[in-house]
Amino acid sequence: MSVQTTTQPQAAAPTATGGTAALELHNVTKEFPGEPPVRALDDVSLRIDHGELVAVVGPSGSGKSTLLNVMGTLDRPTHGIVSVDGIDTAERSDNEVAGIRARKIGFVFQQFFLLPGMSAIDNVSNGLLYQGVPPRERAARSIEALERVGLGHRLQHPPNHLSGGERQRVAVARALVHSPAFVLADEPTGNLDSKSTGAVMKLIHDLHSDGTTIVVITHDTAIAESLPRQVAVLDGALASDSARRDREVVAT
Amino acid sequence: MTTTAAESTASKLRFGDVFRVGASGPRARKMRTALSALGVSIGIAALVGVLGLSESSKSALLDEISSLGTNLLTVEAGGGFGAGDSALPDTALATISRIPTVTAASAVWEVDADVYRNEFIPEGETGSVRVVAADVELVETLNGELALGQFLDESTSAYPNAVVGSIAAERLGIRNLDQPSYVLIGDDYVEVIGILEEFPLAADLDRAVLIGKDAAIDVYDAGDNPAVVYTRVVDGAIDSTRDVLPTAADPENPEEVTVSRPSDALEAQAAADDALTTLFLGLGAVALLVGGIGVANVMVIAVIERRGEIGLRRSLGATRAHIRRQFLTEAVILSVLGGIGGVIVGVSATYVYATSQGWRVIIPQEAALGGFFGAIAIGAIAGLYPAMRAAKLAPTEALRS
Ligand SMILES: Nc1ncnc2c1ncn2[C@@H]1O[C@H](COP(=O)(O)OP(=O)(O)OP(=O)(O)O)[C@@H](O)[C@H]1O
Ligand SMILES: [Mg+2]
Repeated sequence: MSVQTTTQPQAAAPTATGGTAALELHNVTKEFPGEPPVRALDDVSLRIDHGELVAVVGPSGSGKSTLLNVMGTLDRPTHGIVSVDGIDTAERSDNEVAGIRARKIGFVFQQFFLLPGMSAIDNVSNGLLYQGVPPRERAARSIEALERVGLGHRLQHPPNHLSGGERQRVAVARALVHSPAFVLADEPTGNLDSKSTGAVMKLIHDLHSDGTTIVVITHDTAIAESLPRQVAVLDGALASDSARRDREVVAT
Repeated sequence: MTTTAAESTASKLRFGDVFRVGASGPRARKMRTALSALGVSIGIAALVGVLGLSESSKSALLDEISSLGTNLLTVEAGGGFGAGDSALPDTALATISRIPTVTAASAVWEVDADVYRNEFIPEGETGSVRVVAADVELVETLNGELALGQFLDESTSAYPNAVVGSIAAERLGIRNLDQPSYVLIGDDYVEVIGILEEFPLAADLDRAVLIGKDAAIDVYDAGDNPAVVYTRVVDGAIDSTRDVLPTAADPENPEEVTVSRPSDALEAQAAADDALTTLFLGLGAVALLVGGIGVANVMVIAVIERRGEIGLRRSLGATRAHIRRQFLTEAVILSVLGGIGGVIVGVSATYVYATSQGWRVIIPQEAALGGFFGAIAIGAIAGLYPAMRAAKLAPTEALRS
């Protein structure tokens, strides 16, 4: 299986052409039915390469979460193409797309979504559950992932015995444990105090240094500024992309 | 670098993980699990217990009937009004004995004498204990037994000697025969040489004091016309013998002869128990239904409460089928826990009660297995709708909470 290849550190700087992108959107539009219909995403094209750390910023209601859902294949676009690690998801059945999520995408949510009554290990090992990894291997890889996020001493703790920052680190470990092509984080620090926010952001930077591809949705401009690339969304359209500016600068 | 389509194989959940995932919800919510399982277990316990008890009690009754024999027919006088003295002709015992399908016949005769414990008991207070004369084969014909002492034989029945029925013994205050015991029959004290066990097929004799036929005729002027002839018949020929018995007993007035089969009454009792069992089974089934509705209810609530979990699992790669399977498994786990508990309680209750009654403990396999598999079916049915709802939920909708 070639899943393993997806985490190999690649050039941290985005390359405009050549190689397989971790994630690619082509003219993606998302409309929600209604009177009148809501166009939450309007002709968005975006390429995120392996090893990138990208901030998606925008005001409330601008379409950030819709963008994350479409990038994460949780929702299909009305028009346009979403390719995950070179796979065009439009041509795949719902079950195959679920398989793509199981192997290639990691999610971190504002509300953590850890399952109560389950130890940190078991919560993390859910990240491998729907790939059919045997239980022993799941446990071993979950311990590794928890050590990677600095929670090697909290393996057996259920979520209600962990602080908010620790919970989000467990969720990050769950998003990483299957070595996905990229991790999508929707307001990962939205429920955290400033100290925990700092710890989680440091973790995200560390993971990025190790080669993990991460997209962080945030409306905290300070956090966005601290990341190497910022994509701004406004009324469902891409308002600016620091990488494109860089590239344009290089081109001229 | 080219990406092959093979990478995007559909997600899969291992067989063992289906159970692990299905058990994770009930495990994390132990109180709720226990309560919803309890609902099912009450129904299953009722069904298993009722079936177990009714089988145990019925088998006890049938054992008793078969040990007493169903081939006993009682022949009595008593056809209708104006029958005069209600006794059979004095030839009845002999003619009945000559029927080829009759294997044994014994008679009792009325004796016109009262019996008292002693002469200090006021006259008339007999405690409805009667004196009858019996032939020496009576106990054998009835498959009866003696609790103490012995029955009348050729020599003891020629002189005043008495054998008392089980209830008569109590009323006359005879508990044992360690010392010679006497009862007052007519004007004479008569020695008691035996106490009978109960006679379920001839309950009249439980209240009787039996004396030998010769002594009855010599001492108490008893007549020669038998009151009752107890008849053992070849098993296959009961109905045909029953038809010829009246004529054989009293060729002149066959319509004045009544033939009955005492085991019918016991069998009717077993059948009556059946009706009661059906009623209780119905109640158990209602309890089970209520338990199943409880599981369905808990599952509907679980699906509403755990939208976040459903969305999370979809984001981790679960398909709709995986979600459906998870909640279906969860419902089945709840009701199987209830089923196991119910079978244990039902079997224990049967065991304790049947043992206390001295019955053989019989747990019908259909009851125990049926209880278990019934619980699985209840869980699957109860979980179907909630599981479908959980599976239908779109991941984005589930995650928005
Ligand atoms: N399921 C839906 N049906 C109809 N309209 C929707 C749906 N989901 C989102 N929208 C609309 O699409 C637009 C974008 O919503 P979205 O949740 O993506 O914004 P957001 O940038 O994440 O906002 P916030 O920062 O407040 O989370 C909004 O106008 C919203 O009302
Ligand atoms: Mg949002």
